[in-house]
Amino acid sequence: MLNTISFEAIKTAVQQWLNMHWGPHLAFIAECILIGLLVIVFFAVLGLLLVFMERKVSAVMQIRLGPNRVGPKGWLQTSADTLKLMLKEGLTPDGADKFLFNLAPFLIMIAAMLIMVPIAFARNFQIWDINIGVLYISSIASISVIAILMAGWSSNNKYALLGAMRSGAQIISYELSAGVAVITMVMLTQSLSIQDIILSQQNGWWIFKGHIPAIIAFIIFMIAATAETNRAPFDLAEAESELTAGFHTEYSGMKFALFFLAEYINVFIVCAVAAILFFGGWMPFHIGNWEGFNHIMDYIPSSIWFLGKTFCLIFLIMWFRWTFPRLRIDQLLNLEWKYLLPISLANLLLMTIIVVLKWYL
Amino acid sequence: MDNEALKASLLPLNANLTFEEGGEWVNVFVPYNELKPLLKTLQGEPDLYFNYLFCLTCVDWKTHLTMVYHLTSLKWQHNLVVKAVLNRENPQIETVCDIWKTAEFLEREVYELFGVEFLHHPDLRRLILTDDFKGWPLRKDFEDPVNMIKL
Amino acid sequence: MHQVLSSTPEGIFTINVGPQHPATHGVLHLVITLNGETILKIEPHLGYIHRSIEKMCESLTYRQFIYVTSRMDYLSAHINNHACALCVEKGLQVEVPMRAQYIRVIMDELTRLASHELWWGAMAMDVGAFTPFFYAFRERETINEIMEETCGARLTMNYMVPGGVMADIHPQFQQKVKQFIAGYKNKIAEYNELVTGNVIFQNRMKGVGYLSTEDAISYGCSGPVARASGVACDVRKRYPYDVYAQVQFDEIIETTGDSFARYLVRIREMEQSVRIIEQLIDNIPEGDYQAKTKAVLKLPKGEFYQRVETARGELGVYIVSEGGTTPYRIKFRSPGFSNLSALNEMAKGGKIGDLVATMGTLDLVIPDIDR
Repeated sequence: MLNTISFEAIKTAVQQWLNMHWGPHLAFIAECILIGLLVIVFFAVLGLLLVFMERKVSAVMQIRLGPNRVGPKGWLQTSADTLKLMLKEGLTPDGADKFLFNLAPFLIMIAAMLIMVPIAFARNFQIWDINIGVLYISSIASISVIAILMAGWSSNNKYALLGAMRSGAQIISYELSAGVAVITMVMLTQSLSIQDIILSQQNGWWIFKGHIPAIIAFIIFMIAATAETNRAPFDLAEAESELTAGFHTEYSGMKFALFFLAEYINVFIVCAVAAILFFGGWMPFHIGNWEGFNHIMDYIPSSIWFLGKTFCLIFLIMWFRWTFPRLRIDQLLNLEWKYLLPISLANLLLMTIIVVLKWYL
Repeated sequence: MDNEALKASLLPLNANLTFEEGGEWVNVFVPYNELKPLLKTLQGEPDLYFNYLFCLTCVDWKTHLTMVYHLTSLKWQHNLVVKAVLNRENPQIETVCDIWKTAEFLEREVYELFGVEFLHHPDLRRLILTDDFKGWPLRKDFEDPVNMIKL
Repeated sequence: MHQVLSSTPEGIFTINVGPQHPATHGVLHLVITLNGETILKIEPHLGYIHRSIEKMCESLTYRQFIYVTSRMDYLSAHINNHACALCVEKGLQVEVPMRAQYIRVIMDELTRLASHELWWGAMAMDVGAFTPFFYAFRERETINEIMEETCGARLTMNYMVPGGVMADIHPQFQQKVKQFIAGYKNKIAEYNELVTGNVIFQNRMKGVGYLSTEDAISYGCSGPVARASGVACDVRKRYPYDVYAQVQFDEIIETTGDSFARYLVRIREMEQSVRIIEQLIDNIPEGDYQAKTKAVLKLPKGEFYQRVETARGELGVYIVSEGGTTPYRIKFRSPGFSNLSALNEMAKGGKIGDLVATMGTLDLVIPDIDR
C-alpha cells in the first residue's frame, strides 16, 4: 500500500476493532453513530471553511483584504460569526405557520446531509456504495426545494413567498438539464454506482477521454448546479436588491445560519459530484503509458486529489458569483427551456452514438 | 423668441393678462380661473410650444397666494413665468397635470405645503408629510412649537 | 390553513418596497401592486427624510443657506452650492473672477465624476454584480481625497460662496487632478469590459424601463434620464454658466430610452467630464478666487431663478426676495423629484427585476427628492 495512513486504512482498522470487541450488530450501530458524528463535524468545519474561502475569494476579486483581524489572517472570523449567530435570538414571526417555519431549516440541512452518503472521499472511503448512487443524489437533491417552499410559505411574508416561488420554478427546471448531463455520463460509464464511475476513469478522466459531449455535459452541469444551489448569477430566490433576502427574509439566528450553511454544503456536494463524474473523483491524474509519471501521481493521497478537484470547482462557482450580474426570472427560465435542455438532449443523443460505436478510449 | 416678441405674441391670447417687469424672463399674471385654457394654448401653439414645465410652486404673500408656473420650450429655448393669484382662505385652481404629467407630483407637493386645492386632480393626497398632519407648513403663519426654533 | 396573504381574488397583491430596502438606496417607499411578478402600478411615498429645507432657508441669510443645500443631493454637493451661489450672484450682480469660475467648473465636474462612480457601482449591485461597487469606490476615493485637501470635507463640501469660492485651491491640486485624470481614462475601459459588455447585464438592461421622448418631456425629466430618451436638455449647453460656454464637450444623447441607454449616457458623460477637466486644469488663471462682496448680503426685491446641471439633472433655485437679508421664499426644483414621477410609467408591465434595473439607472438620491 502506498499510503500507510490513508482514510481506507483508518476505516479498516476501526471496523476491525469494533468487530473484534463487539458483536456484528452492535458494531454496525456504533459505526452508524460514528458516521453521523463525523458527517456533522465535517459539515461544521466545511461550512466555516467555505464561508471563509468565499470571503477571501470575493475580497481578492474586489481588490480588498477580506477578514484579517480575528485570528491569524482572519481564520477565526467565521467561527466568531457562527458564535454570534448561535447567541442571537431565533425569532418566529407572529403570523407565521410555526411548525413549518421551524421545520424548514432542519429539512434543508437533512437533505444536504443525506446527499453525502454515496460520495467517495478517498480510495474505498465511502459511507455507502449504493448501486444507484447517481440517481440517489439527484433525487435527494430535489428535497431541498420543498424546504425552500416551506420556508417561503410559512413565513407569511410576501418577499419570502416570491423568493420561494422563484426558487421552486428555478430548481425544478434546472434539475432537468443537470439530470440529463448526469445521464450522459452514466451512458459512458454504464453504471450508476459512484465506485464504478470512479474506477472506470482509471486510465484517464472522462472530461479528457469522453470527447466533446463530455465537455458539453460538464459545462451544462456546472451551469445547472449553480442554479440548483441558488447562487449568483442565479440567486433569484434570495436576490437581495429585489427581495431583500428572499425565502429566508424572516429567519434569524441559528435558523438563518442553517440556510446559510446548507447553501455552502450544497455547493460542496454539486462540485464533488462534478469532480466524480468528470474528473475521476479521488482518481489520480494518469497519462496513458507514462509509467513514471503515473507512479509519481499515485504518491499523492487520494483524499487530496478528491478535495483538490472539488475545491477548484468550488472556486469556479465563487468566481461566477463575484463576476456576473443576476438574471431576471423569465430570462432564467428561457435559458433553461430554450437553450440548456435542447442542447443537453442533443448531447445525450450524440453520446449514445459514441457509446454504441465505441468511439471512446 | 426674445422677451419682447414673446410678450407681443402672448397679448392676443387673453385680454386679462398683466405683465410684471424686472425679471430675467417674462412674468405674466393671469386670473386663476383663466389659467388652464391659457396654459393649454401655450403648450399647444406651435410658435410658443411651451412643452416643458420645469418648476411649479406657490408663494405665500400673507394676503394672498401666488401660483408660479415656470415654462420652457425645448424647441425654441424661450422661458416664461405664468402666475395666478389665489385667495388665502379657500385657494382653488384647476390642475394642469393633464397638460404636463410632472404636475401631478408637483401639485401634490404644493397642496400639502400650501393647502392649494387642485380641482380635477386625479390623486390629491399628501405626498411628503404624514397623512394626519395638520396645517400648511410653508405658509408664513404656520406655527409648530415643537420643531420650529424662533430666534 | 390560515390566511397567509391578503390578496384579492384575482391574485393581485401589493408589496411595500422600502423605506428600508436595498434597492431604494435610502428611505424611498414604493407601494407596488403586483400580479405575480408583473408590476401593475407603483406609488411612491416620500418624506422619510424630509427636513423642509425650503422653510429652513427662509430664516437663513444668503451666506448661510448655501450650506444647507449640500444636504440635499449630497452626491452633487458642489453643484448644489454652485446653483445657490450663482442665483445670489445674479441678484447681487456680482462679477465672479475668472479663477473662481475655473475652480468651480473643475470642482463641478469632479463631483459629477464621483457621483457617476457611485451610481455605477450601486447600479451594478442592483442587478446583482457586487464587484463593480469596489472598483467604483477605488476611483471615487481619489476624487474624495482631492476634495478633502481643497475644501476640508469629503461629502458636504460647502466650498462655493456668493462671489467665488471660499478658499484658494491646494498648491498640489492641479498636479493631483492631472494624475487622477491620466489614470482614469483606462478605468472607463475597464468598466466597459467588466459590466457594459456583459451579456447578462445587457439582457437585463436593454428594452427595460422604456421612457418615450414625449413622456420624458411631459414628466419633466432632466439629466441623463431625459437625454437617454432623446431630449436635448443639458443646462451646461443650453444655458451655459461660468466657463461652460468656453469649453468643448459633447452633449450625450441616446434615443432608445431604455435602461441601457441611460447607462450609456452616464458612462459617456464621465468621458466628457474628463474632457472638460483636461481643458481647464492647465489654464486656471491667476487672480482673486473671490469677488469683493459685502459682509451682509441683501438681494434687491424681485425673483431670481438659476438652473444648473447636477449629476442627476436640472436643479433650479428659485429665490423670491423682499429686499431683506433672508430669502422670502425659496424653491428648489430637484431633478430626482421629476425623474421619480416617471418611474410608474417606466416600470409598469415589467418584472420586479426590471424595476430594480430601472431604479438603478434613474440614480435617485432620496434627500434630493424629499428636501
